[in-house]
Amino acid sequence: MRIANRATGIVPLARFSFGEGQLNSRRKRSSIWRRLLAGCFAFHFVFLLAGCFRPEPPADITICNANEPESLDPHIVTGISEMRITKALFDGLVRLDPTNAAPVPALAERWEISPDGRTYTFYLRTNAVWSTGEPITSADVVWSWFRALDPLTAGDYAGQLFYIKGAERWYNRATTNRADVGLRALDDYTVQVELNAPLAFFLELCSFPTLAVVPRHVIEKYGDRWLHADPLPTSGAFTLGAWRVNDKIRLLRNPRYWDAANTPSQIIDVLPTSSPNTALNLYETGVADIVWDKDLVPSELMDVLSQRPDFHSFTYLGTYFYRFNVTQPPFDDARVRKAFALATDKPRIISKLTKGAERPATHFVPDGVANYTAATAPGFDPEAARQLLAEAGYPNGKGFPRVNYTFFGSAGGGAKLHGKVGIELQQMWRDVLGVQVELRQIERKVFYSSQSKLDYDISMSSWIGDYNDANTFLDLFTSTSGNNRTGWANERYDALIKAANEETDLQKRAEIFREAETLLVAEEVPVVPVYFYAGFNYYDDTKVGGVWQNILDEHPMQYIYRKSPKTNVKSREPATGARLVQKQPAH
Amino acid sequence: MYFLRRLLSLIPLLLVISFLAFVLVRLAPGGPFDRERKPASPEIERQLQVKYRLDQPIWKQYLAYLGDLARGDFGPSLKYRNHTVTDIIAQALPVSLALGAMAFAFAMGVGIPIGYYTAVRRGRWQDYAGSLFAITMVCVPGFVIAPVLVMFFAIQWRLLPVALWMSPWHAILPIAALGLFFSGRIARLMREGMLNTMQLEFITAARAKGLSEHTLLLKHAFRLAVLPVVSYSGPLLADLLTGSFVIETIFQIPGIGVFMVNGSLNRDYTMVVGLVILYATLLVVLNLLVDFAYTILDPRVKYE
Amino acid sequence: MSEPMAQSSAVNVVSGDPAPATFTAPLSPNQRAWRRFWRNRPARISAWYLLILIACVAIWPLVSPHQPDRLSEAQFQPPSARHWFGTDVHGRDVFTRVMYGAQISLLVGVVGAGVSLVIGVLWGATAGYVGGRLDSAMMRFVDILYSLPSIIFVIVLITTLEGALKNVLAAFGSDSLVKFARLIFLFIGLGAVSWLTMARIVRGQVLSLRARQFVDASRVLGAGPLWILRRHIIPNVFGVVIVYLTLTVPTIILYESFLSYLGLGIQPPMASWGLLIAEGAEQINPIRIYWWLILFPGGVLVTTLLALNFLGDGLRDAWDVRGN
Repeated sequence: MRIANRATGIVPLARFSFGEGQLNSRRKRSSIWRRLLAGCFAFHFVFLLAGCFRPEPPADITICNANEPESLDPHIVTGISEMRITKALFDGLVRLDPTNAAPVPALAERWEISPDGRTYTFYLRTNAVWSTGEPITSADVVWSWFRALDPLTAGDYAGQLFYIKGAERWYNRATTNRADVGLRALDDYTVQVELNAPLAFFLELCSFPTLAVVPRHVIEKYGDRWLHADPLPTSGAFTLGAWRVNDKIRLLRNPRYWDAANTPSQIIDVLPTSSPNTALNLYETGVADIVWDKDLVPSELMDVLSQRPDFHSFTYLGTYFYRFNVTQPPFDDARVRKAFALATDKPRIISKLTKGAERPATHFVPDGVANYTAATAPGFDPEAARQLLAEAGYPNGKGFPRVNYTFFGSAGGGAKLHGKVGIELQQMWRDVLGVQVELRQIERKVFYSSQSKLDYDISMSSWIGDYNDANTFLDLFTSTSGNNRTGWANERYDALIKAANEETDLQKRAEIFREAETLLVAEEVPVVPVYFYAGFNYYDDTKVGGVWQNILDEHPMQYIYRKSPKTNVKSREPATGARLVQKQPAH
Repeated sequence: MYFLRRLLSLIPLLLVISFLAFVLVRLAPGGPFDRERKPASPEIERQLQVKYRLDQPIWKQYLAYLGDLARGDFGPSLKYRNHTVTDIIAQALPVSLALGAMAFAFAMGVGIPIGYYTAVRRGRWQDYAGSLFAITMVCVPGFVIAPVLVMFFAIQWRLLPVALWMSPWHAILPIAALGLFFSGRIARLMREGMLNTMQLEFITAARAKGLSEHTLLLKHAFRLAVLPVVSYSGPLLADLLTGSFVIETIFQIPGIGVFMVNGSLNRDYTMVVGLVILYATLLVVLNLLVDFAYTILDPRVKYE
Repeated sequence: MSEPMAQSSAVNVVSGDPAPATFTAPLSPNQRAWRRFWRNRPARISAWYLLILIACVAIWPLVSPHQPDRLSEAQFQPPSARHWFGTDVHGRDVFTRVMYGAQISLLVGVVGAGVSLVIGVLWGATAGYVGGRLDSAMMRFVDILYSLPSIIFVIVLITTLEGALKNVLAAFGSDSLVKFARLIFLFIGLGAVSWLTMARIVRGQVLSLRARQFVDASRVLGAGPLWILRRHIIPNVFGVVIVYLTLTVPTIILYESFLSYLGLGIQPPMASWGLLIAEGAEQINPIRIYWWLILFPGGVLVTTLLALNFLGDGLRDAWDVRGN
């Protein structure tokens, strides 16, 4: 950077050591020290110069995205942070409008839905091509979807395609005849999909990365390493410029994209940041322009940050909740579960711990889900809670067995909140119910495995919606769902969810869902929602444009651009510096 | 001859270590594909197991792994599914080697003079000041030093970058954070070694002969005094060269330390075993070098 | 071999080992050492400091107006007359938590140091002294343990054995014992990794020592290996052992916090110094710093370790067989 750096970085240390050496004013020794030190620093510089630093042109926009992506294969990814990148690389038939997350045409120019709601006919754009120039045709779409459905692809989200007729049988190898699957190309630019049953959110699903279109010729050639192909043909607004693990992902504008006219940025760097403080430091010094993961906002600072103009929060489809293991006493008794729910002071957790725009959850499906008004469960009510517990045979918590509240620990990131929530819950249950709950913090993978095996009494949980529909929340607790993890099986609930998903009238469907949700949160209570997540990102509106907030936390990179030209990240004096509250630890 | 034999013994040793790591990581509950949400069908999970040979008995898996290893293939990462373990090592190891070597040089460059000097000035204020510095460094962990350095040098005074790995300037704070922590240890060991040596009979004898204190200490005592530091530097260098989880996370450096820890936490079986092999090789070779350095520094040492 | 006592004085004469002339002094060597130790001011202050700290840790739970796990509305209060070290995110008194955390951390440190001392020193001294095949085998064993990922090791240890131990402890009918099941594994896990570097360092010293003249002389005069180990080797590595022990203690204390964070160590709402420091370190950011959360726990750890070091130095000086 500047000469000053060199001085602060190294010389004082050298001076310090020389100084010590000269105290005895013996020349010979200091010359030996000098040689030793010179050797050390020469060693430094050899490494520095020969090191792995490569000069790169500066990016237009630098984004702190959470964690290194597990994959960039759209058919394999499962996390939101990864999906943000795959969506920039690979388009689907449909994409989501960045302002309101509604489905809008992407590779498909338009579509028709049959009156019974079971058949969708997509008409592809004729001007859509791969970034390497080949046209994208219906054969690519059909091949891609069959790939996503191939057990050998081993994508966790293959189940998203099971709504298509015959798809689940195909996945399980019950049939090997492609004609049995309701997916066919009618001509080069027309794709027809037949569903098992009408599905209100199928178009949203078509924007999901699992249903993205991927380049057949490259995948067949390179197999699992296809993303390392050079050039990598992409169907989205960007191509993959560089992917260095835990370093950065560089996205380059794809000039052949059908909507390239609306892609203002040439280069976008995506940093895999995992520490909230590092993200904040990078942003405050002007290295990063956008920080957009809720795990990258330190919750202790939420009260200060949320006052700033460059801080944006929005409602978001995610619920923080806890599960009961209903298969064993005392939580096999719905009254005990209800008592615990009524003894949970949800607003307190928000005001004391999360401190952001989260809202207390009196129901499971977050507010703002399309075409749905949620059911409600009673809120914090200590009197009623004590009474229910007494009815269940534990007046004032007497004789209540030792139970645990299980959660996972983590060395970094947002997971630290789990322990804090546990500590507050423990206190609430002790104060209100007179019950001593033991906190059981276990390692993350052990946690998931214990939760699946029902090796817990109460366990911390969260759920982020995959698409904007109540089903993505409510079908968790059907008796066949692998994500139920409470041991709760209720025939009426199963029947209601099934009926809702076969109902085409949105009004009636919402009513059926509401009935199911009432059963879930007010009557049976196998789970207790605590709060609804809020989404957060920070970026300076005066510098960055093309970012909108919407309920799915969907921010297509295609639209993001820098308002003032960015010349050099490092030499730019960050304007945010003025906002820093200078406060140093006393020494 | 002795060292050649030691080098050859590396192969059976690596076999033992890799097998133990291979079994141990699979004994830990929770698998690589256990996560917050389960796939829609149990079949999906089963297919993943098949794809990565996890459905086979463990000895078969190990033999297959050894087969791959013989061809120089560490296998696919179970977490980062588009990368092989070899890919990741190839990308991250050079970064960690550079950072680790520089931090090592830093720690030695600061620690040895302080240790030497505090021993020579034993019991005087220089001794106490140096020891105070060294012990403070020993107690203050990387996750405290690093953010404090960042606060002052990168945020308050804006002299150095806060994080990332882009230029030599970006390397200075991580080197300092990592190096300071270990310089305290080295200073303490060096001081002890020096104190020990200064009392040896041949030093006393040389002093009686009228050799200058200086030549004496540096030429004769130093060689023996540095032995504890040398012993310690084998494992230390192996640790430093394979990265530091804390420093890499705070400075967002694409080194190998993060993978060492996250591999275990993610139950990324192939990653863990691959990195254990890498680490063990480094450790054994470095310890061999340490033992070799012994024979040079103290010619009386024999290994038979 | 048969008359080791007689031989040892001969050895001292031959090697010129400057042993104190014990027979002329009215005091026993131990008394003299104590006296020397007590004249060492830094060591004396350190000893007082540690004694006072231990007393505080023992007494504070009895007199404290705050409970360590009692939450309150007074979140993030700076230090005051009521909360000497301020309060944390849950409104708990930080001073009380530091005092309770001391129990865990000092215990962890002592266990780690103990294992390191007993196993590490014996292992390293034996390997270095016997040498040859045994040395190779023992050091390769250390390499193997050192190479295996300790996190996985602790996970396997805890998850496979914790349930079993809990049942055993519960069978004895003590609820409070069950709580400590996890702690026991934490100690085993930390102990298992704490002695490895110690063994390497001791072995290195012994390799160099056994080649020295006075050891040769002793051997020539017929002293057995155990005798030489006890009389010559152990006293001569004593200083390095003390120094490395004082380096091991903070490492173990901080490593405990790392394991605890991963859910492998102590359970919330328990506290340890490492955990308090780790929580405090998160507060270092450019917007606002709750400085008391990092400064006080960190300060207590640093001062304790300083005291331990000066104490170690004092002990070593006082009992140094090779005179002053």
